[in-house]
Amino acid sequence: MTAPARSPIGPTSRGLALGFFVSLMFTTELAMAIDTTELADPALQQRYQGLTHELRCMQCQNQSIADSPVGLASDLRREVKELLLAGKTDDDVRGWMKARYGAFILFRPEFDWNTAWLWLAPFVLMVIGGFSAWRVVKQRGQLAASDTSGEDDDTAR
Amino acid sequence: MNRFLTPAVLFTLLVVVLVVAVRRAPEKSTIQSVLIGKAAPTFALAELTRPDHVVDSKSLLGRWYAFNVWGTWCVECRVEHEALLAIKRDGRVPLIGMDWKDEDAAATQWLSELGNPYATVVVDRNGRVALDWGVYGAPETFLVSPLGIIVYKHVGAMTAGVWQQQFLTRASAPTLTQDLAAGARK
Repeated sequence: MTAPARSPIGPTSRGLALGFFVSLMFTTELAMAIDTTELADPALQQRYQGLTHELRCMQCQNQSIADSPVGLASDLRREVKELLLAGKTDDDVRGWMKARYGAFILFRPEFDWNTAWLWLAPFVLMVIGGFSAWRVVKQRGQLAASDTSGEDDDTAR
Repeated sequence: MNRFLTPAVLFTLLVVVLVVAVRRAPEKSTIQSVLIGKAAPTFALAELTRPDHVVDSKSLLGRWYAFNVWGTWCVECRVEHEALLAIKRDGRVPLIGMDWKDEDAAATQWLSELGNPYATVVVDRNGRVALDWGVYGAPETFLVSPLGIIVYKHVGAMTAGVWQQQFLTRASAPTLTQDLAAGARK
């Protein structure tokens, strides 16, 4: 049996690897700079930033349109900008997107019958968990109170 | 007995939920259009072959048509091109093409090289009309009824099978009831 030859990782390659991972940390910085839109009004710019970060890029699905380099995302960003400049509210913009691409485009889904379980499940689970914990603690307390044999053992020599 | 019953029931429920979710995964992989059963978005776009001529979407009303979104930059569009040409030869439902975010010259060359399957080709140079149709990739093909209602949408390359089963069966059904049914589903 011959084990496959492995190249030893020396100090230099370790340094290279470290350098590689450090450089990876900065690639996200680059990704953030995809959208360079600047609106003259700072308040509008802030709303633009908020909206583009909560709209899904439909092509690359796990990115917001603010972070995505694809053409469709930049088209949607342009629409957000134009709708805001036309004086539309944030809800108008979300509604505009939803009317064309469905609720799927909203990273923060609205509360309706389809999404009720999504919003309520954490609270339901918390209540179930809290109730279970309370019951376990209560049962243990009762067990300890009724269990006298242990105490006898402890005192017995 | 009771000690095992609750976990067993919970486990069975979990298995049921997972099985249902996994079985439904393929249909969830393409995003359902919210525009099915609604009026097709209106547009006025230049025609590829006659750039000075504007095609109004109203002029398309009155008969079934398939609205195909494509571009010369789109790999899958080359894949579906043969199927589109076959649809044109079949001749039952005309194809209206929308060249999406493309160069006119490249599109013209594409059609002269590969053949033109479209009755009309309009150009959406800045991609604005595609947004109204909820397009999120190319190719996408919509089936629009004579009253201008989107009845079906296919995402990805068109095939003879999809055309036969999803488009022709719908387009050959009685028009009025189809529109009413589509309207009722809104």
